[in-house]
Amino acid sequence: MPFIPHTEEDVRQMLEAIGAQSIEELFDEIPATLRIRGLDGVPEAMREQEIGRLMTARAHADGRPLSFLGGGAYEHHIPAAVWAIATRGEFYSAYTPYQAEASQGTLQAIYEFQTMMASLTGMQVSNASLYDGASALAEAALMAVRAHRRSKSQRILVPANVHPHYRQTAVTTAGQQGLKFESLPYDPRGGHLAAEGLVPYAGQDVTALVIQHPNVFGVLEDVDALTDRAHAQGALVIAVVNPTSLALLKPPGEWGTEGADIVVGEGQPLGVPLSSGGPYFGFMTTRTEYARQMPGRIVGRTVDLAGHAGFTLTLQAREQHIRRGKATSNICTNQGLMMTAATIYLSMMGPQGLARVARTSHARTRDLVAALARLPGVRPAFDRPFFHEAVLRLEQPVGPLLEQLAAGDILGGLDLGAWYPELGSSLLVCATETKSDTDLERYAGAFSTALSAVRAA
Amino acid sequence: MTNAAEQIIFERSRPGRGAYSQWPEDSEPPDDLPPALRRGRPPLLPEVSELDAVRHFTRLSQRNFSIDTHFYPLGSCTMKYNPKACNTYAMLPEFLGRHPLAPVSHGQGFLACMYELQEMLKAVTGMQAVSLSPMAGAHGEFAGVAMIRAYHAARDDLARDEILVPAAAHGTNPATATMCGCVAREIPVGPDGDVDVAALRAAVGPTTAGIMLTNPSTLGVFERRIEEVARIVHEAGGLLYYDGANLNAILGKVRPGDMGFDVIHMNLHKTFSTPHGGGGPGAGAVGVSRRLAPFLPVPIVGREGERYRWLDERDLPQSIGRLSAFMGNAGVLLRAYVYMRMLGREGLARVGEFATLNANYLLARLRQAGFDAAYPQRRASHEFILTLKRQAREFEVTAMDFAKRLLDYGYHAPTTYFPLLVPECLLIEPTETESRETLDGFVEAMVQIGREAETRADLVKGAPHTLPVRRLDDVRAARHPDLTWKPAVP
Repeated sequence: MPFIPHTEEDVRQMLEAIGAQSIEELFDEIPATLRIRGLDGVPEAMREQEIGRLMTARAHADGRPLSFLGGGAYEHHIPAAVWAIATRGEFYSAYTPYQAEASQGTLQAIYEFQTMMASLTGMQVSNASLYDGASALAEAALMAVRAHRRSKSQRILVPANVHPHYRQTAVTTAGQQGLKFESLPYDPRGGHLAAEGLVPYAGQDVTALVIQHPNVFGVLEDVDALTDRAHAQGALVIAVVNPTSLALLKPPGEWGTEGADIVVGEGQPLGVPLSSGGPYFGFMTTRTEYARQMPGRIVGRTVDLAGHAGFTLTLQAREQHIRRGKATSNICTNQGLMMTAATIYLSMMGPQGLARVARTSHARTRDLVAALARLPGVRPAFDRPFFHEAVLRLEQPVGPLLEQLAAGDILGGLDLGAWYPELGSSLLVCATETKSDTDLERYAGAFSTALSAVRAA
Repeated sequence: MTNAAEQIIFERSRPGRGAYSQWPEDSEPPDDLPPALRRGRPPLLPEVSELDAVRHFTRLSQRNFSIDTHFYPLGSCTMKYNPKACNTYAMLPEFLGRHPLAPVSHGQGFLACMYELQEMLKAVTGMQAVSLSPMAGAHGEFAGVAMIRAYHAARDDLARDEILVPAAAHGTNPATATMCGCVAREIPVGPDGDVDVAALRAAVGPTTAGIMLTNPSTLGVFERRIEEVARIVHEAGGLLYYDGANLNAILGKVRPGDMGFDVIHMNLHKTFSTPHGGGGPGAGAVGVSRRLAPFLPVPIVGREGERYRWLDERDLPQSIGRLSAFMGNAGVLLRAYVYMRMLGREGLARVGEFATLNANYLLARLRQAGFDAAYPQRRASHEFILTLKRQAREFEVTAMDFAKRLLDYGYHAPTTYFPLLVPECLLIEPTETESRETLDGFVEAMVQIGREAETRADLVKGAPHTLPVRRLDDVRAARHPDLTWKPAVP
């Protein structure tokens, strides 16, 4: 029997020890009216060899196109060692480290992760991961309401240039508790949020301002001015950041005079495969004074009975298994293994390697934008600096162009029409360190051909 | 298991060292970024060679218990074997490399797996529609209660903000009620482990949004009056939520949809054997009855003829919305898909049988050895509770002491002090993938520890003795939080 080791003799002796005639008898407390006979909707069993063949064929059907997609998930080189180690059974098949003495490996990895993320974001404390970047923003909004005791409004200002899926997730999640998310317009020329956008809220009770940097367009924000303005108006600042970019960009802890208050983001760029959208992990860091308002697990270093250093889950009075209905969140299972992978990734990249990834991704995107903007009818949509993705405005519809490129196994970017109809025909493109000169040339060539073809059609 | 202490990785760091072959070719420092936006001091990341990193994290892994190395009878967590094929075939390069916003033209293989997974989950639970997007059990709970709220709101039935939970419920249940802007109200459990139906009848009313139940319950017994419970809640205008934490117990025997549940979450990392990963990722797919189907979280995979595509808010305008940036934990879902296909209809039906056989056998053996069951008059489901209150009274050795001493014997501890209703409890779930010999070995260890408790109580109270660390000072950890490593000040 697949994955069941019992022999017939085992079953006989075990039933005898129980004092039952059959396995069936063990279900005698279930009302007979509810019992089912078989699972007809499930196909018959497959051997490993057969499922292997099926999965390989399906994977092959999806292919390996040359991709210039970004929009919240980014293709980066992942060292072979990262997943060779993360899929070791001792990490892969372990449970949540509640039994600290039997989980020192996972616990120490989390402590190291917390150290890395706190420093990368310029904050003091980190948790051990949330589901993903979007759900981390939702949790950050809820946390801001708890942390900002003087604010009673539960109003969170969210610029329209924050990733739409992040905004939707925040509304789905935090809206249930009555938080109000209010949109701020972005500057149509720069794609950024102008600090003047906050002026109408002067003197009003606002709990927090969300700043995504780089924002969904890839554009860099005026983070110092925005942070100072928000603080001057009595609001907390929630930063949504790309972790790779922080090797190059000023960390949120140094934004403005006082720095951001809560920092969240998508951890996927740190060694986690694209994998159709998950599993990824959300990260969250904050100031020491807000540590007890954080959701999720946190690891601390302490000592054992013999005085030796060891690691344990701590500040658990925030969590659902202790506080039940009064917990900071209902989160239990997080994205632990992805966090472990990210810790290995960051160790192998180090400060220099990560800075190279950031610089090269930035340079590649600049090269790509320059190459495409030379084509007729293509120009950058915004005039502000970007990190590793940018919006191009076209004179013709984006959909048919992308279809033509996809037919040649190139994923040319994201059509922003559905998210931002006011931008007209616009395309979000991204190039990371994974793209060679040849890749960029192939894309620019195919793009040019597709433009002509679509124009002719 | 290695006991040698492992340095913090930052202590291995040396300026200028690195895993060079992993770094991309460098580029010129950018001249288009305003200086005010640039980073000054580099982040505190270790500077180590590739071998340093490999050795460090491999050694850390060796300081863990895991299913691959140890029996892990952790009640309520379903720590069964995670077949390696599930990992291998979810990690095919095309699946790993697929961008979440890639067009469906480059995703028909992946989407076919997801669509079929939805269909199989419907079949095993008896629900009418499934969304795979929640990323963990608690995330599924959130989606479920949010759907219950949306259902009442759509009917203009706006006073329903109370979620009933049995006193023995998982902590996530009341926490979820709060996340959804509801109030959790506890319903007592009777002495036989079933919900107190009279108390339930008295509790329901026009403010009842619904009830969250685990069945078999967290007490390791099947809720025998489930049909009556369903009737009472439905007649009061509330809906029934099924917490799928214990679905393993009933796979192939009885379905939540047939019991009258309106919405359920499934922990694919329990019942469908995707790995726990040291705390995650999991997957918490939700299934619903017909009346809740319009409210499912998006996206969902739909089929039109031979083509698959995403269904979003345009297809489900009443959806509670989006729970994450993309479609959920796709890689975990692929693992669950492979698992379900390998077991097939016959294998999945055997899961509940053998999980139940193993639990009842282990309970019978432990009772014969003199341990006390919390509900001796009841049949165990896939898990059961021992109470050690007698040992605690006679020898001052607690359930926690037993749990820690089991680690010395090479067994991961059962769940301790949950549910809170039962004093000095161990919640034990062996799962179907463990052999009789493993169960016998565990009984032997428990008997030995019982003897030690009588004769050498200090040995048990001071356990563990053979692990990388002794018992840790949790009070100090919480009072003086040391949450990040800091370089020594020269």
